[in-house]
Order: sequence, then structure tokens, then C-alpha cells
Amino acid sequence: MMTIKYIIKNLIRMITLLVAVTIFSFILVTSSPIDPVQSYVGAGVAVTPEQREEIAEHWGLNDKPIERFENWFENIIKGDMGTSLIYRKPVSEVIGEKFQSSMILMITSWIISGILGFVLGIIMGVFKGSFVDRIIKTICLVISSTPTFWIGMMFLMIFSVNLGWFPTGFSVPVGVSADSVTIGQKIYHAILPAITLSFSSFSNIALHTRIKITEIMESDYVLFAKARGEKLIDIIKRHVLRNALIPAVTLQFASISEIFGGSILAEQVFSYPGMGQAAVDAGLRGDIALLLGITIISSIFVFVGNIIANILYTVLNPKIREGGVYSE
Amino acid sequence: MNRRRKTIFLICFTILIIFAVFVGGAIIPETALKADFAVKNTAPSLNHIFGTDWMGRDMFLRTIKGMSTSIMIGMASSIISVIIAVLLGTLAGTLSKYTDNVVCWLIDFVMGIPHIVLLMLISFALGRGFKGVFIGIAITHWTSLARIVRGEVIQIKNEQYIKISRKMGKSSFYIMKNHIIPFVFPQAIVGGILLFPHAILHEASITFLGFGLSPESPAIGIILSESMKYILTGYWWLAFFPGLMLVIIVILFDILGENIKSLIDPYTSQE
Repeated sequence: MMTIKYIIKNLIRMITLLVAVTIFSFILVTSSPIDPVQSYVGAGVAVTPEQREEIAEHWGLNDKPIERFENWFENIIKGDMGTSLIYRKPVSEVIGEKFQSSMILMITSWIISGILGFVLGIIMGVFKGSFVDRIIKTICLVISSTPTFWIGMMFLMIFSVNLGWFPTGFSVPVGVSADSVTIGQKIYHAILPAITLSFSSFSNIALHTRIKITEIMESDYVLFAKARGEKLIDIIKRHVLRNALIPAVTLQFASISEIFGGSILAEQVFSYPGMGQAAVDAGLRGDIALLLGITIISSIFVFVGNIIANILYTVLNPKIREGGVYSE
Repeated sequence: MNRRRKTIFLICFTILIIFAVFVGGAIIPETALKADFAVKNTAPSLNHIFGTDWMGRDMFLRTIKGMSTSIMIGMASSIISVIIAVLLGTLAGTLSKYTDNVVCWLIDFVMGIPHIVLLMLISFALGRGFKGVFIGIAITHWTSLARIVRGEVIQIKNEQYIKISRKMGKSSFYIMKNHIIPFVFPQAIVGGILLFPHAILHEASITFLGFGLSPESPAIGIILSESMKYILTGYWWLAFFPGLMLVIIVILFDILGENIKSLIDPYTSQE
């Protein structure tokens, strides 16, 4: 009963936040001094005042900000996010296409980084203070200080340029139309970006898991288990894994925002045509509708991730599930 | 050498290096970075330890100058973030439940947009360039620190000495000023130093994407995005050394923050 109430509370919170994000990003984007007409036609191309007026009228740039927002918001609710200036297609269509490529990237690296981080965290925590622990910990700390795009550039240099194992960019081979790409080719082109992305995001979860495991290993119940003569592997299976899994899963769902940010950078390095690249293009070329659309979609992602994290935390944790005690 | 001395030594050492890079970059004259096409695209050698770029500029000097800019942006935005975080965190912790809800909602709101996307939006709104990055970095990094401060404040709010102070008729403002802020301040300083790496990395990332500093300005992000064009030609030093330098500076800040933290924390300071 408490859980359902909790979920509903969370959902309402998410909706208010989402509406706020929409309003806020709309204000930001429309207050920009960057002239959308000029960035649409391209720098250096002269536009006569009449043409400019015509374009501005066509896009509704001359309306009052409030009216523009009302129009836009009404359409958003209906699911129409306007037309992208760069792609000359409805924004929802563009996002739909880009989304697929990005999702392959994000989901694979989300899963890989989650599992890798958790396993490394357990190894570090169980053998705390040992040589292995120190090495992995140092690697994690170094990686968490390294920008994703630089890791990507190094990988690109080593694996694509020097070793020639992977293509240097684009999610499809050159000279092949987008429709006739096989799944194999798509995967082949996504491998290196996915590795980059997982490589740059596992350290966080590994370091958190390490701390949690250390706590568990020093607890009385593990001491008692050791005294009973349980083998290390049994202790890990029976006591450590289950206790460490809850915070790890929660953290992993809360890290969606970082994965999204990382994917923007990774996509840029590998010229992988996903949402991230579309967002960068939209921002650089003044495609307001697309930029807003991507902002909203990405926020929905983050909020859903957070809600899942919150709910999982209450559902998975038997203390909270049965006692109805909320730590907040 | 005991642990405490070692910590103090490490702190001094990292401060020294960071300071050297910061000042060194600031005093490198523009003339040292002029184009010299006779030595363009040379691999690292004793004359140019980081090599030279397509205009024959020395990559080492460019990198140091870029790092100096990054440290400056990081420093200013860390200070602003600490101020916002302490202010909002303390307000949320001390005043009514309502204020607390508002601040928490605000934190969730800022964290709800992926950080890079938010920086892109702010930069876009301010017409890109230095102002866009600077303000973007400065007003988006306070959230996690504000959460920590709020947690601390809630914890000490029920301490005896604060209750007594309240019973003696001191105002909320007095308690905040004399009891709570001094208590959270050390933590905020450490938090601020640990914000640094994030700020620098975000500055480099957003500049790399093309939203940040202008292509003429010396910045790590600019150097790295430029080197993207040469990555296929095998000029590896253009990307490798500046990136490595960035990583080293970020790690130094991490070490600095962690060591100051262990020095301030009474549980570990005397070990």
C-alpha cells in the first residue's frame, strides 16, 4: 500500500519536473541571441529583409513569446514537436530514427558497464588492501578523471587507424544506402563507440560497490559466517552479493543521465549518427525545435531512470518493503 | 614520515604543480604561439616535447595555456557553486519543510536534464562563446554539494547546542550564521575542490563539441577538437599529450581534495 502511494507521489513529482524542464528549456532557447534565420541559411549568405520577414512569419517568430509557447506546448502535448530545420522532417521522426542508433549504443554500454563495474567492485571490496585492489582502484580513479571523448579518440587512434580493426566512423559503410545496411554492419560500426562508452562509465559503480562491499565484509554477520567456517565463495554468494546488489542497481538506474551525456561525446568522436550528434548539430545550427525535442526526450529518460531507481530501492530492500519505513 | 606529514606534503606538492601550470600558462606571451610553418606537424622531440601542430605552434605551450584557462574557469565556477550550494543546502536544512521541498525539487530539476545537454542549452541561450560556457559551468555544478550540505545540516539541527541556542531565543538567522555555516564550511571547501575536476572536464567537453570557447582562444577542448581532423593522418601527439595533461591536472585536483578531506576529518587526520 505504502509502495503504491510512494510510486504515485514520485510520478506526480516527475510530471511537475518535466513541465518545468519544458518551460525552462523553451525560455532558454528562445532568448538566444543566435538568429535562427541566419543560422538556417548558413553564415555568409545574404538574406534580404523581405525574405527574412517571410521566413520569420512562416515560423511564427514574430508572435509574442507567450503565444509561441502556448502554440508549441499545445502541440507537444499532442505529440507534435514541430519540424526540424536541418533534416526538414518532423522532429519526432528525426528523433525516432536517431533514437534507434543511440539506444543500441546506450543499452549495450549500460549493461556492460553495470556488470563490469559490479564485478570489479566485488573483487576490490573482498580483497581490500591487496595488490589487485590497489591496481583496479587506481585504474578506476584514472578513468573517472578521463574525459569520455579523449578515451574515444585514443581508441579510434589505436584500433581504427593503427590496427585497422574497426571503421573510423559512421554507423553505415561509405557508399551503402541507409536502407540496405545489414544488422551485422550496424553492430560492427557500433562496437568501438559502445566500448568507449562502457569503458568511461564503469568506474563510478565499481568504486561505490567497493565501499559497500567493504562495509559488508566488516559486518558481524560476515564475521559470524567466517567463524562458522563458510568458504569465501559461499560468503560472497550468500551474504555479499545480495546486500551489494541493491545500491548497485539503484546507482545504475540513476546513472542514465551520465550515459546519455557520454553518448553525445562518443557519438561526436566516432561520427556515429545518433541522438547526441543530432543534438550537437541542432545546437550549433540553431535548430530550435530539434534541440527542444531532444532535451525533453532525454529528460524523460533521466526521470524514468530515477523513478525506477527509487522504486527498486523500496521494492528490493526487504527492510523497507515490509516495515514501510522510508529513509527520507 | 607519518601519514599526516605525507598528506600535508602531497597537498603542498599538488598545489605547487597546479599553481605552476596556472601561472605558467598565464604568462606565456601570445608571440610564443605564433605560426611557424617551417616546423609544422613535427613529432615530439627535445625542442618541442609535445610536438607541433599544423601551423607549427608548439603544442606544449598551447597545452599549458589551455590548461591555465581551464583552471581559471574551474576555479571561478567552483567558488560560485560552493556559494550556491551552501546557501541552498543550509536554507533547505534549517527553514521550513516547505523550503526544503522547494530546494530538493530544484536540485532534481537541474539534475533532470543530462548535464551536457543542459550546458548546451545554456551556451545556446547566451550565444555561445566564453560567457556561455562560464555561466553554464558555474550554475550547474552545485546540486550534489547542496545535497551533501543539506544532509549535514539536518543531522546537526537536532544537536544539543543548537536546541539550547534556540531555547535561549536566538533567531534562525543567528543560529545559521554562528552554528551551522561554520560547521558545514570545511566540508563545502572540500566539496568545492572536488567539484573542480567535474568543472574542468565539462568545460573541455562542451568546448570540444563546439559550444564553448571560440576556436582562436587557447583551450584544451579546442586543441582536442582540432586534433580530431588530424587523427586519421597519424599525428597522434596532437591528441595524446594535451589529453594526458588534462587527465593529470584532474587527478591532481582529486588527490588534493581527498587529502584535504582526510586532514579535516577528525577521524583520519591524526592517523
